[in-house]
Amino acid sequence: MAHDHKLEIFRGLLKFKSNTQKIWGVLIFLTLVTIVEVVLGILKPVSLTHSYFLGMKILNWIFIILTLVKAYYIAWDFMHLRDEKSSLRRSIVWTPIFLVAYLIFILLFEADYIYQVYRDGFIKWNF
Amino acid sequence: MDSTVTTGTEENVWGGGNQPLGASYGKMMMWFFIVSDALTFSGFLAAYGFSRFKFIETWPIADEVFTHVPFFHGNFPMYYVAFMTFVLIMSSVTMVLAVDAGHKLQKTKVIWYMFLTIIGGAIFVGSQAWEWATFIKGDYGAIETKGGRILQFVDANSGERMALRDFAATIPSERVDHEKKNGVWYYEGEALPSYSLNEVLAGVKSNSNVLIRTEKVVEGHKTVLSREETLAKLKDARLVVEGANLVRNEYGSRLFADFFFFITGFHGFHVFSGVVINCIIFFNVILGTYERRGHYEMVEKVGLYWHFVDLVWVFVFTFFYLV
Repeated sequence: MAHDHKLEIFRGLLKFKSNTQKIWGVLIFLTLVTIVEVVLGILKPVSLTHSYFLGMKILNWIFIILTLVKAYYIAWDFMHLRDEKSSLRRSIVWTPIFLVAYLIFILLFEADYIYQVYRDGFIKWNF
Repeated sequence: MDSTVTTGTEENVWGGGNQPLGASYGKMMMWFFIVSDALTFSGFLAAYGFSRFKFIETWPIADEVFTHVPFFHGNFPMYYVAFMTFVLIMSSVTMVLAVDAGHKLQKTKVIWYMFLTIIGGAIFVGSQAWEWATFIKGDYGAIETKGGRILQFVDANSGERMALRDFAATIPSERVDHEKKNGVWYYEGEALPSYSLNEVLAGVKSNSNVLIRTEKVVEGHKTVLSREETLAKLKDARLVVEGANLVRNEYGSRLFADFFFFITGFHGFHVFSGVVINCIIFFNVILGTYERRGHYEMVEKVGLYWHFVDLVWVFVFTFFYLV
């Protein structure tokens, strides 16, 4: 059991006095991130939906990055990975990241190929 | 021989009771479960991404599908899901507070925080049930073509979506639901939609302001056909589709509804089992089980599971509703 908590977040930029305080601080941060996501999702600024990076809209990149940020704080502070031994933390975090990154890479490439087959008219689908 | 002498340290290493990762057996097993469950969810979400990239030009736009808020009429994309997300994060917070109170052996505080966590979970599951019901019931209705494409309807004057009831003609005909109790025993037909295909087609022909909207997305918007194209497209129509099931849905790609049911359903089942487990731990806390045991590690373990459910929702929220 991890009785001693590490109380600083944002790489030590923000240090809380107690664990309870840190929990509320993280909640405020997560709420802010969610609000930003929802506002962007409703407004859909044209500058972000019509510019692309690596074939994906900038807006979608922002959503995915903010999601990973949220996931980080949920895992690190709510699931208190921050207080665990680094060996435990690494084996929990890097195993899925490696496998999932591989799976996403392989599936999305394959899907894009199938999309091109449909688009280039080798198969009739729109009738 | 000197080299075979067993030293005290070696006995500690191999004698059991060692915790090289600083986590107890139960907590380790919870992490094992969470990592494997995370891989299961990743598999689902990656499969969703696969299908979506495959049909990237025709995939439904989530903002146009999930626009409802209970007790309100109108077009509110995402507000309700944002609320659900907040409820789940909030219940995660009360869970951490319960774990924190458990470390300090404050029984009453643990009880109250666990109670709030359970309430939050119940609100979330209820909201998800409502979301499903709205999704299944549908809103506007659409027609399906020979090739399985979905055609929706738009008002040419306002550009707003039109529901079938706004323009469908009334043609008296005999349409009877084929139920199990009639005809050949134990055979039944699909439930009939509110309007027959002929009524919808006649409605489109007689109302000059009705245009067809196809599945194809160009620059973030679905393509709307001209009046001539609309009338020409009508000859492909085969079926009236209202709402969603596992075979077809009025929102567009069939796989969209399948993945919606499967992924949010699997997540909802996790939340439900989380609430049940939370209840068990809650009563154990009240009975003083952990007070007698001297530590509240069970609360911590069930807390890990609860946060994991929250973590998964963060991803489902992004990939189903935002992106």
